[in-house]
Amino acid sequence: MKRGFSILAIVTALLLSFALYEALIAAPTERTMGDVQRIFYYHVPSAWTAFLLFLINFVASVVFLIRRDTKADILALVTAEVGVVFCTVVLVTGPIWARPVWGIWWTWDLRLTLTLVLWLIYVSYLVLRRFSTSSQTPVLASVLAIFGALDVPLVYFSIWFFRTQHPSPVIGGGGSLDPRMAHVLLINWAAFLCLAWLVCWTRFRLEVLEREVEEAQALESLLEGSR
Amino acid sequence: MSFFGITRATLAKDVRLEWRSKDAINAMLFFSLLVVVIFSFSFDPTAEESRRIAGGLVWVAFLFAAIVALNQTWARELRNQVLDAYRVSPAPANALFLAKALGNFIFVTVLEALMTPLFIVFYKLRALGPTWELLPIAALGTWALVVNGTFFAAISLRTRSREIMLPLLLFPISIPALLGMVNATTAILTGEGSARFWIALLVAYDVVFTSACLLLFETVLEAE
Amino acid sequence: MAEAQSNPDALPAVVADGVVKQFGRLAALRGVSAQFAAGRLYVILGDNGAGKTTLLRTLAGLAQPTRGTISILGTTSVRSVCTQIGYMAHPSLLYDEMSGMENLRYFAGLYGIEDDRTANDRCREVIASVKLDPELERPVGQYSQGMRQRMSLARALLNDPKLLLLDEPFSNVDSRSAQEMAVLLAQMRDRGKTLFVVTHQPGLLEDVADEFVRMDAGKIVNRNAKLRVASQ
Repeated sequence: MKRGFSILAIVTALLLSFALYEALIAAPTERTMGDVQRIFYYHVPSAWTAFLLFLINFVASVVFLIRRDTKADILALVTAEVGVVFCTVVLVTGPIWARPVWGIWWTWDLRLTLTLVLWLIYVSYLVLRRFSTSSQTPVLASVLAIFGALDVPLVYFSIWFFRTQHPSPVIGGGGSLDPRMAHVLLINWAAFLCLAWLVCWTRFRLEVLEREVEEAQALESLLEGSR
Repeated sequence: MSFFGITRATLAKDVRLEWRSKDAINAMLFFSLLVVVIFSFSFDPTAEESRRIAGGLVWVAFLFAAIVALNQTWARELRNQVLDAYRVSPAPANALFLAKALGNFIFVTVLEALMTPLFIVFYKLRALGPTWELLPIAALGTWALVVNGTFFAAISLRTRSREIMLPLLLFPISIPALLGMVNATTAILTGEGSARFWIALLVAYDVVFTSACLLLFETVLEAE
Repeated sequence: MAEAQSNPDALPAVVADGVVKQFGRLAALRGVSAQFAAGRLYVILGDNGAGKTTLLRTLAGLAQPTRGTISILGTTSVRSVCTQIGYMAHPSLLYDEMSGMENLRYFAGLYGIEDDRTANDRCREVIASVKLDPELERPVGQYSQGMRQRMSLARALLNDPKLLLLDEPFSNVDSRSAQEMAVLLAQMRDRGKTLFVVTHQPGLLEDVADEFVRMDAGKIVNRNAKLRVASQ
């Protein structure tokens, strides 16, 4: 286990460095937008990573509800947390990109809006976990995760139709992508996936340990017969 | 008693109790009135503009009123831990959920019925599209808010800061429904574009989440 | 352990095996293993925080054990025998805004007592058995504490349960009503019901209880037919 973790850490560090180089230096400069466009290599892979993490969260939540397996619950918690972080990256890089290019801070772009709604849903998920007084918080959280997942297609279609009625700039551009740029995009995505995996793994181990401590403390007599 | 018998008995009990404590209803009605007035002071557009934004205004106002109503969904059951009595009985949890959701639906509809004429008057509203379509939109939209609201109110029973948890959980999930309600209403009021897609979206939303609530309510109720 | 006279082949009413109930860092039950025969009146005593209420709630199916198993009336699924269980807690489990009769009529419906006349008769019968007036229109919220406890007991008796779980039935009740309730509980036991009574006033049941069960820090530490012995 430990060795796999170290290998992943090294691979992640290497990939990230390489991806950074590719994105900032090696990738060709975009014709109309210039160097600002390089944010694209952070904006898009972050979104894909976040969506993937939330998908894992959904599966883990369903598995937990059926099997009541603690590990599934911890996986759900971990992917939600890291997913929210990547969502935040998307929501921050979007406006940073949009402002110099289109002169606006925000646009109801499909990806950006979907990310915003997902961010809201998963932040509320994390708040629920924090504020729950129940001994069955994992059950409540899984239920909320399922509701969130059911919402996603509805969010997608509602925004999609809204945009056909109210067109606005698409961040990330429609149309085809230069193959060299696609190449850099994929390298960055691979790097982000490794980073996500690394952070999730760490957080997972941390949470497992925390729960073990909690259980040990609960079963031990702290003070004779007092609460 | 059969499932629907229990739903009916619970709904009847809730209506009777609500009726007895008339001050609660009256306070809610007055609050709804206040909301309309505040909105009218804050957004004072011309008749032409008002048709464009009224859809949004009206539904946000309904949302405010609905949250206040939803927050007290389980108040009576909490007071003496009556929920425990329900849980130890053989009565199905869903019958309770349905009764509460229907009760909220009736209650919020009454509030909407009060607020709507006021909005029409203050904003000089007149629908340019097929007015009758506003009824299914109102029903579907209200149900969308109420079904999830009742469900999340039950989840909030198991949290701290209950009154803020409910809207905190409800608002993000309700975004597609809100888009549906607002855009459908605007389409009818302005007569531009069709509300059909949005009505279909609301139907899909209601079907998906009513099923989800019915499937998962017992799990939430038992998650002490 | 003293044994009362009863059919030795009868299924035990409750069998607990290594039951642990954990709330975060707090363990309310830390390994409860015991058997409780049917048709007996058990009094559960112990200091605050000993786990008495948690045990009762677990028996009622309101709390699931974190570990271990509980078998009630022969099954581990409490839900399947819930029609045979009556539960009374410290809060009244009644709607303050309705009268006693209205409350019980509603709960009778939850237990599947369909027919109007049967339900009315049953509610009247059960309210009378706890020495309250079925025709009293006053809402339960305006009852005295003693009256509320008795009405709460009436609710627990509605479905004529085989297993009665009572949490602090005598709390804040005047001594005469408490004694009447104790007599009523003994009668229930004599009719073959199994009763678990959590109370801080075990003396009230000293003459009628079959066994006193003392809990401390989430475990059963002593069981005896004599109160004095069990309290040590």
